[in-house]
Amino acid sequence: MPRTTSIVIAGLGGQGVLKASDIVAEVAFRAGLDVKKSEIHGMSQRGGSVTSDVRFGDRVFSPMTPEGEADFLVVLAEDQVEVNRAALAPGGVLIEPACIDTRKLRNKKTLNVALLGVLSRRLEFSADAWRAAIAAKLPEKLHEANFEAFELGRQS
Amino acid sequence: MSEAPAGRALLSGDEAVALAARQAGVQLGTGYPGTPSTEILEAFHHYGGRAQWAPNEKVALEVGIGVAFSGARALVTMKHVGLNVAADPLFTVAYTGVSGALVIVSADDPGMASSQNEQDNRRLAAAAGVPMLEPADSQEAYDFTLLAIEVSERWGIPVLLRMTTRVCHSMTVVQTPGYPAPPPKPVRYERDIPSRVMIPAYARPAHRRLRAKLAEIAAWNEREGPIALVEGNRKLGILTSGVAYQHVREAAPEASVLKPGMTHPAPVGRMREFAAGVERCLVLEEGDPYLLETARVAGIDADGKPEMYRFGELTVGRVRRILAGDTTPEPRPAAGKPPALCQGCPHRVVFTALKNLDCIVSGDIGCYSLGVLPPFEAMDTLVCMGAAIGIGLGMRHVLPAGQARRVVSVIGDSTFVHSGLTGLVEMVYNPPPGGHLVLILDNGTTAMTGMQEHPGTGRRLDHSRTGKFVFEDFARSLGIREVHVTDPTLDPGAFQDLVKRCLESGELAVIIARRNCLLAAAAIREYEQCENATDD
Repeated sequence: MPRTTSIVIAGLGGQGVLKASDIVAEVAFRAGLDVKKSEIHGMSQRGGSVTSDVRFGDRVFSPMTPEGEADFLVVLAEDQVEVNRAALAPGGVLIEPACIDTRKLRNKKTLNVALLGVLSRRLEFSADAWRAAIAAKLPEKLHEANFEAFELGRQS
Repeated sequence: MSEAPAGRALLSGDEAVALAARQAGVQLGTGYPGTPSTEILEAFHHYGGRAQWAPNEKVALEVGIGVAFSGARALVTMKHVGLNVAADPLFTVAYTGVSGALVIVSADDPGMASSQNEQDNRRLAAAAGVPMLEPADSQEAYDFTLLAIEVSERWGIPVLLRMTTRVCHSMTVVQTPGYPAPPPKPVRYERDIPSRVMIPAYARPAHRRLRAKLAEIAAWNEREGPIALVEGNRKLGILTSGVAYQHVREAAPEASVLKPGMTHPAPVGRMREFAAGVERCLVLEEGDPYLLETARVAGIDADGKPEMYRFGELTVGRVRRILAGDTTPEPRPAAGKPPALCQGCPHRVVFTALKNLDCIVSGDIGCYSLGVLPPFEAMDTLVCMGAAIGIGLGMRHVLPAGQARRVVSVIGDSTFVHSGLTGLVEMVYNPPPGGHLVLILDNGTTAMTGMQEHPGTGRRLDHSRTGKFVFEDFARSLGIREVHVTDPTLDPGAFQDLVKRCLESGELAVIIARRNCLLAAAAIREYEQCENATDD
């Protein structure tokens, strides 16, 4: 049985951590995989730390990534990198704002999707599948800006 | 209203419950917002169901009982501590039984992501004598909601659907149709006085009927209950329930596992048979040793987890530690950034004033609980919904005068409607000699749980207009003379002076600090514009 892929997305309330994990879960779901996504709601709108886990594969059990077993750690705020580093598996990949040229980001609120662009190169889903998932999870007026951010990340 | 998803969908446990309730034709969903249960009724509304917020969980359950006494289907939702508020009707509706279906969701919060305690409500199901189902993912949340309706109607008994934060908020794949929806029944009232009127003479036989029903349900659970069995190796057998099952399957893929979906009344026969077939039987459950004690009372030879794992959520890592017998101290997770009152939040002005005046603050449950954290640290007590007023009064009664006159009760708008009304009545009925001050922080929404309406907003769950509870009218109707309504953000200095004057007056006083929550303000303006447009 192929192993489960585990992704931890972290940041601060208001940065779009949960939206990013929604998009990752959606792309895996549309590919027909078993998917689990976990997060803690409640305090997220008050500016505190937020993390969300997405796991997919043939069969996923726990909705939470065991500590030190994340294949990918996507962090939206540089000051949240060290706090979350322990989530990463040995040899796992850290994706952080420094991975892209954020000056080229026309809308700072699309940083979450830009980092998904970076992530997308390392996963097997097609760029079209990613765009479809982004379109499904965001209102239409935000599509253009987010497709652009995704492309920026994907080309970085 | 959106279409309910058909076929294969990625849903949270909360959404899955709502979808099942909608597909089963549940006539009414009611409850009080509380993390992690809030999204159930919101999703039920979005799927086209009739959903409404009640002032509190007790009223919600009572409304649900009325629905189910009339032969219809009711879904009543709340967080774990809400079931304490609703415990009074719960314990007796177990005796009366119901004609339709009554499904009560208790969303427990092990680890306290957003709660004041981590009570394990499996014990409340046992104490009240109601059947309980424990889903382990969204598919089971969907299936067990339908099963709960079926069990409730078949035996005429309320059923507790006990969820936990990870089941409520995790999104997992749901295949529908799953468990078949029970066919609808006609709704009509049938008079049955001895079953419904719990005077002692009728309640005594009703208690016996309840125990007889539970015995029948226990036998059914042994034969046909929703039990998951994984036949692994015989060295280790794990008895588990709820989301712990997922962690167990991942941490111990070779082990034999038995997971009863209905844990009250538990299928002890199946549990005994399972335990006898393995060399070592270990009960791995989140929270209290509920299943372990159930097993041991039945004479089953089983081990539990070390006491240190009673606290907090289980995870794959913690289950591995338990399996390895590791009781060394657990590494503390790195501290993230704590939540804080939003910049510009009207509560900030209030807590700045209370800090400046060196008040002893009897606090309550809501966003404003964050007033306890730096830079304010202006909260001295927080126990449960509505407790700000009673606790503040108790302190006023006994503290030396110098301290007593610094005591302030602080309570939010939704919390006040939930359980502050009787506290205010107490203040008028048993006034402390030095008077008292109650601050009602009215931000026009139930902010902490995600901007839900409540009776004080004058809008229903779907934001349409309805009767409005007016805080100041209520306070004045009790004969309280010092009732002030003010927007604290307009002049923070004047607000602080007003608090100071009230504290020094020795009178009973209520200040309603009214300013819409920043996060809700735009939406509230939109609802109000819609209402005005309708009036034209």
